[in-house]
Amino acid sequence: MSDFLRLITLQDPNTRVVLLGVALLGAVCGVVGAFAVLRRRALVGDAVAHASLPGVCAAYFVVGDRNFAAFLLGALVFGLLAVLCITLIRNHTRIKEDAAIGTVLSVFFGLGIGMSRMIQNDPAGSRAGLDGFLFGKAAGMVRQDVLLIAGVATAALLLVVILYKELKLLCFDREFAGSLGRRVVLLDLALMTLICLCTVIGLPAVGAVLVVALLIVPAAAARFWSERLVLILLVAGAFGALSGTVGASVSALYAHVSAGPAVALAAAVVFVVSLLLAPRRGVVADIVRRWALRRKILIENFLRAMYELDELASGGAANPALALKRTWTAAQLERAISLAERRRLVRREGGRVTLTESGTRRASDVVRAHRLWELYLIDQASIAPDHVDRDADQIEHVLPPEVLARLDERLRSEGRMPGAAVPASPHSWERAEAGRALG
Amino acid sequence: MPHAQPEAPAIEVHDLTVAYHRKPVLWDVDTAIPRGRLVAVVGPNGAGKSTLLKAVLGLVPLASGWVQVFGRDLRDARSLVAYVPQRESVDWDFPVSALDVVTMGRYGRLGWIRRPARSDTEAALASLDQVGMKAFAHRQISQLSGGQQQRVFIARALVQDAALYLMDEPFAGVDAATERAIVELLRAMRAQGRTVVAVHHDLQSVPDYFDYVVMLNMRLVAAGPVASVFTRENLQKTYGGRLTLLDEAAEAVRKA
Amino acid sequence: MTAAISNLSLHASDWWTIGTAAVCGVACGVPGVYLVLRRMSMLGDAISHAILPGLAAAFLFFGTRDVLAMLAGAMATGMLTAWLSAGVARLGKVPEDAAMGVVFTSLFALGVLLITLGSRNVDLDPGCVLYGLIDAVALDTRDVLGVAVPRSFLILSVFAVLNVSLVGVFYKELKIVSFDSALASALGFRSGVVHYTLLAMIAATCVASFEAVGSILVVAMLIVPGATAYLLTDRLSRMLVIAAVVACVAAFAGHLLALATGAAVAGAVSVALGGLFAGAALFSPRYGVVARALRRAALALRIRREDALANLYRAHEGRAAETRRAPGLLDHVAAWALRRQGLVVAKDGVSALTDAGLARARTLIRSHRLWETYLAERVGLPADHLHDPAHRVEHFITDELRGELAGDVGTDVDPQGREIPPDRRAEGEP
Repeated sequence: MSDFLRLITLQDPNTRVVLLGVALLGAVCGVVGAFAVLRRRALVGDAVAHASLPGVCAAYFVVGDRNFAAFLLGALVFGLLAVLCITLIRNHTRIKEDAAIGTVLSVFFGLGIGMSRMIQNDPAGSRAGLDGFLFGKAAGMVRQDVLLIAGVATAALLLVVILYKELKLLCFDREFAGSLGRRVVLLDLALMTLICLCTVIGLPAVGAVLVVALLIVPAAAARFWSERLVLILLVAGAFGALSGTVGASVSALYAHVSAGPAVALAAAVVFVVSLLLAPRRGVVADIVRRWALRRKILIENFLRAMYELDELASGGAANPALALKRTWTAAQLERAISLAERRRLVRREGGRVTLTESGTRRASDVVRAHRLWELYLIDQASIAPDHVDRDADQIEHVLPPEVLARLDERLRSEGRMPGAAVPASPHSWERAEAGRALG
Repeated sequence: MPHAQPEAPAIEVHDLTVAYHRKPVLWDVDTAIPRGRLVAVVGPNGAGKSTLLKAVLGLVPLASGWVQVFGRDLRDARSLVAYVPQRESVDWDFPVSALDVVTMGRYGRLGWIRRPARSDTEAALASLDQVGMKAFAHRQISQLSGGQQQRVFIARALVQDAALYLMDEPFAGVDAATERAIVELLRAMRAQGRTVVAVHHDLQSVPDYFDYVVMLNMRLVAAGPVASVFTRENLQKTYGGRLTLLDEAAEAVRKA
Repeated sequence: MTAAISNLSLHASDWWTIGTAAVCGVACGVPGVYLVLRRMSMLGDAISHAILPGLAAAFLFFGTRDVLAMLAGAMATGMLTAWLSAGVARLGKVPEDAAMGVVFTSLFALGVLLITLGSRNVDLDPGCVLYGLIDAVALDTRDVLGVAVPRSFLILSVFAVLNVSLVGVFYKELKIVSFDSALASALGFRSGVVHYTLLAMIAATCVASFEAVGSILVVAMLIVPGATAYLLTDRLSRMLVIAAVVACVAAFAGHLLALATGAAVAGAVSVALGGLFAGAALFSPRYGVVARALRRAALALRIRREDALANLYRAHEGRAAETRRAPGLLDHVAAWALRRQGLVVAKDGVSALTDAGLARARTLIRSHRLWETYLAERVGLPADHLHDPAHRVEHFITDELRGELAGDVGTDVDPQGREIPPDRRAEGEP
């Protein structure tokens, strides 16, 4: 518990630096990841991350000691080499992108695993601390390491700010970018370099295996919360920073938990929450919307049925349970009546149900939409009148007012709307029936 | 309007052959499109219509021949050309608003790094207004109908204030009202002396909408004013099956 | 390094290691061919990561390393990956690759965490997840007919046999679903069933391979043999065989590499796979980079030779040569080759066509002028635009095409009024 207190109150200066560094790392990964996801390059990040491991080992062989900057440089070189290999394989052989990514990922990573064993077997090498590069050891970083990471992260972030406009264009419409004379290949290379930089500085803190989670997951989660690219980038950065700090803290508190899995799981929680609870794109919001629409349709269908009963019987409250029993089940009807009653659209007296004043207004709106649409379908889509009812049923509840106004105007100009707010039903039998009833 | 070489045609294509993976898809096209016309590019599927536009824009490598725009190399004439890609070529769930998309039309003159200024936003709004979409400026693009999306694309080209507009199927999948609106716009553009070249599928409306036609089927069948070139005979040549020997030769080149 | 390898003597344990890697390679590589063909390679990567939590959960729950329990747990999460990725992509409108990335990294992280939490009293550690215990397969053996056979080898052999026979039995179904799943559905094959059966096979194989070779080699064995085979052949049946052979060769070469360098076996085998892939990418007779470069160079040389022949023919006809560029290195090589082939002889410092050369040149000029005529008549190109296009295409006109062209244009004079040399062979001359 006291560990926990020490951690969250940031008493230990090293913890402070590490958490700050990881937050910055998460932020830049989130921002760059958003572009990677939008450009459909999410899995290239995975390949780059895995491929950078042999770079770390190679740097150890060259420099011969635990030199953090050399490790990162080696990782960057191999990451870029992996991007180059993927591009060459994709462009110059018949191998498709997915297999190119998979091949480069597994072969480079295998190389890294092979080399790291060689280093471990070397008596001097066991001190190299390469294990941390697999699953991440955020807490093991020292001040200088973190400063280096922070420096690179800031540079990457700056690059994103400078190239924001171009990256946006690249991700949205490559061909148009080309038509403006932009060198699309160069832009793609810039994005790939950014992805490499992110994975490389993520290696020591999060590890090669799971750093891609920091790249993809916050970015994918952020997409749920906004429709504006700038906001998505900010949210992705925030989510990345949050996942990074939470993961690193957990890893710091429990020595045997690596930072990589902790960070990835923190990001996964953020993603699941976003997927479920985001206000517009979220799953729950979608379910609620659909449920509300179903209820609206039920009420409106009931109101329309009542209105049409009224038309036939020329006034006088109906007993819907009797009149509608051919097309409605008793349960449906009961639910519709009670929903409408709660909204003061109908009044119930004994078995008889009458439309209230607001109910009549609403009902006539619904009937109007329904019949306008029916007329339109018969006229324009030449659908036989006896098929129209079902089609109109689906649409009438969602027709926007401007479309209704256009339909109304059109029918009026053709002289098919003789003044009335609600046009007569196009179903001939109904019209005949109604005529007789009104007699 | 930006400066253009006097006299030179809007597009001059000389002995142009375009190949994908070495296989020629467009053979030896040689033609000049005059300025100030509304030009329809027609032909069956796979005739190389979009390829011709992309070749003019330098988006595909040329196997032979050259292209000039207003008498100049494309590199020196980029600012004179605006492009409307096929609507399906982009992801319409991309997180940008209609206004953002139209502002992209100004990126060409902004160059690298510089941000759009207020004047760019105003220009974008004005061109949205021209296509009747000002009210939708801040809508996310996935919430627009197909016709509205096409209008946004055209507004993006308008804001480029170019002399030559290349449009890939501007009427594909749009509603009747949008189609009328686009035609009005094209006519207004012609009245200002601009040239519009559009890939078009509906043969019926070619004489109504356009005054110049380029008929393609892997090779140039005919090009010229609609009144003289858009004839039954040329249509028969364009749509009456491909030249099988061209296909076979293309296959032979690919295999070599 | 060669010296190092020749100094090595392989013990029985080495052969068991090689054998285990090889059967693992066959078990993974054969179904992996379908992943490569269906452009789902990364799903193999995702599944091989995502089985970890299932493995760990079964392990923690049952407390044993019972193969069946772990198999069930891991297959469940493996299939869940495919299903969840599709679900997240659909429900959240997330791009498919990103959805897969989200799902498998999350599941893998969960698996690593479960193992870390449970590993205080059991012998599993995250590092071993990556590179397995293949170096030590010979330590855990079962007695089979008096021979001590490593347990991993036994299990993986069973899977290799199982996968190969499944692919054999459902060859037709897998083929049609991989080629055109819409057509397969229309023909009444259940694409979904075949798809998930393939995934189940792969997930089960991943589990079986996991302990022995680790996740990294599983991914390599799933994707690289199939990709290598794809570079070498166009036939599905051959692809399957080649993939299996590639996996076995890589197992052997990789182990030697590991012995020579002291690298981890799983890593070394992956590198060997990479080497084989690179070899195929460069030197495949049909699709290799080198082969294609050579073909391009040969084509360029042939074009120069033919141009030279055509020019000599025009001179022979009394017309000016039509090449305007200065001769380069390639032209000199071409001239030398023509003399070697006896198509051209040098007389008094001036080149002249031999009879054979004349026949070849005549064919070429025939192609050129037939194409010019075709362009003029059918494509409607003006007379001053004919030469360059015909000059480009003349080298590609086959005998068959020339016959069709002759039939199509039906004239023996080209648009400039020059004679189209007749096809002598048609008249009985050599």
